[in-house]
Amino acid sequence: MKQLLPDMSTTDTRDIKNEIVEAFHQSKFDVAKEYRNKALTFFEKTGLPGPKQEEYRFTPITKSLEKNLDWNVIQSPSAIESIEEFLIPKLDANILVFVNGSYSKSLSKIISPDSKVKIKTLSEAFQSDSVTVAAYLDKVLTPESDPFAAMNAAFWQEGLFIYVPENTTVSKPIFILHLNDAGENQVISQTKILGVLEKGSQLSVVEKFDSTGTHSVFHNFSEEWIVKEKSHLEYCKIQNDAGKSYQVANTVIHQSDASLLNTFTLTLNGQLVRNNLTIIIDGENCESHFYGLYLLNGNTLGDNHTVVDHKKPNSFSNEMYKGIMDGNSKGIFNGKIFVRPHAQKTNAFQSNRNILVSDSATVNTKPQLEIWADDVKCSHGCTSGQLDEEALFYLRSRGIAQPIAKAMLLYAFASEVLTPIKNETLKSYLDNLIAERLQKNF
Amino acid sequence: MLTIKNLQAKVGEKSILNGIDLKVNAGEVHAIMGPNGSGKSTLASVLAGREDFEVTNGEVDFLGKNLLELDPEDRAREGIFMAFQYPVEIPGVSTINFMKTALNQIREYRGQQPLDAVSFLQLMKEKMKLVEIDQSLLSRSLNEGFSGGEKKRNEIFQMAMLEPKLSILDETDSGLDIDALRIVANGVNKLRNKNNAVIVVTHYQRLLDYIVPDFVHVLYKGKIVKSGTKELALELEAKGYDWIKNEAALA
Repeated sequence: MKQLLPDMSTTDTRDIKNEIVEAFHQSKFDVAKEYRNKALTFFEKTGLPGPKQEEYRFTPITKSLEKNLDWNVIQSPSAIESIEEFLIPKLDANILVFVNGSYSKSLSKIISPDSKVKIKTLSEAFQSDSVTVAAYLDKVLTPESDPFAAMNAAFWQEGLFIYVPENTTVSKPIFILHLNDAGENQVISQTKILGVLEKGSQLSVVEKFDSTGTHSVFHNFSEEWIVKEKSHLEYCKIQNDAGKSYQVANTVIHQSDASLLNTFTLTLNGQLVRNNLTIIIDGENCESHFYGLYLLNGNTLGDNHTVVDHKKPNSFSNEMYKGIMDGNSKGIFNGKIFVRPHAQKTNAFQSNRNILVSDSATVNTKPQLEIWADDVKCSHGCTSGQLDEEALFYLRSRGIAQPIAKAMLLYAFASEVLTPIKNETLKSYLDNLIAERLQKNF
Repeated sequence: MLTIKNLQAKVGEKSILNGIDLKVNAGEVHAIMGPNGSGKSTLASVLAGREDFEVTNGEVDFLGKNLLELDPEDRAREGIFMAFQYPVEIPGVSTINFMKTALNQIREYRGQQPLDAVSFLQLMKEKMKLVEIDQSLLSRSLNEGFSGGEKKRNEIFQMAMLEPKLSILDETDSGLDIDALRIVANGVNKLRNKNNAVIVVTHYQRLLDYIVPDFVHVLYKGKIVKSGTKELALELEAKGYDWIKNEAALA
């Protein structure tokens, strides 16, 4: 039964937490009931983050959800039949497609053999790979760590289980498309990925987030990647949602000894995008490169909260995030580096650089280093400013029109973050995406 | 080619150019000399269209066009080129890519077809020889990590590529050793012909041994206080600027 709001709240303040909890009781979940109930209990305690909660201080996600979404409508129909326009041309990959939170078998195409990589829906995996799922699910991204992670653990509609056996190199990348179609109605979708790379394995993953339609979309996404000894994960996220989309993405990657990680996060569109990316370096001689780029305009808010947690000695992490803000957009960067007492000889580097193209765009950047070990090398730096006028004049003085000169400078600034991307098809796609965006909108 | 009449300019509240008159014809080389702070570089910048300066009075006619009304890019497209005193380092943009964009923008303005890749490379190779610059340098990010000499050579390389009608060399000799100076000057001399003109802005006579001027003008407190031929430069070298200052004070 739907709870009635108290009489006094005739104003626009809604008790969104109770609405969400109520929606949970109305839903019929077939799998993971224990996980869900546990997560819900936690969610009931904390609710959604308020404006005073430090981690969400600059990102009024709760207010946005109160204003724009109705929790009584969970599933929305979709008329999507073709996904061609959302794919990366010429990328020879396993294609896995979610539409409005449901996995679409007909739109997906798996080309790698099952012996190289096991790809299943999370619901299926609860039956077929129950031991592995039980060992890892909600373990590195715990419901306690974040209200949206808790909500996702309680509500996930469907997800993926991706498993690479020992000493296996998956030659074709995995391309995951998260498509939300709000053409007919609002969409709330909650999806979840669990990926496990066993010892000495190698995998490349590309995730793309798109949406269509004019209604509101809320996508609450969680994923966990377990990268074991000597394995290697390439991970790329492209967030290109439509105007009225709100997204929270919780990603935790857990690394063991001598593993290698390259991540790249590109945020282009959407009303509000919040990324929580956490890398747990729980092994020695690991290497982690995590790069990010946010090219924001209009009223988009792009928030990257990153954490790298060095738990063991002798590992290396290098983080570089860059942002270009135009219009009324708002960029937020928060980069935490933890170096635990045992993590001696850690090398950890972080840089965040921002360019504000318009007067009304803003950025908040905050590095946060907490270092308990004494024999480490750590550095961080953040800058925010306008485009270099002297450089602009130099280009113009050679006959280059101002808009092109601006685009050249911004492109040069932005494209540096593509350095770690190995797949040439993907790289040239991203390169074009960035170039096109900068020519068009700045 | 270029006619400057009573040009006055200020930065903030400070007036720097206080009425410059100058006429430059095709085929000529003019040297602008003067003590520090006399307004030499400001004159170069105002002609190139730097927006830090506000022109408060005067006229500049370049080949029948009112130069002061043009944006910096249009001045370049009309044929003005300034070699920077401090060339800017631009990470992520290679000189090659930059020159290709610049050249084709200028060609487009003049109603010409863009240069195809082969013709562009051919042109580039030809001009590289002129300033003895290595291709590996041009593939790198524009001026990033270049030595002082390499930066100045890159300026002259760009000048060679764009074939301007009027080149303004703003203290191109500063920070150059004698070998680099010779290479740069040779490049400029090879580019000279009866249809183009050069304004050399310099503090010292040294560069003028290599790029021999037809006229020398002395700038002091934002005005040309003395004009003459190349002998004037030698006189300045021998006597310093004090006598000019005294003359100006008496006038």
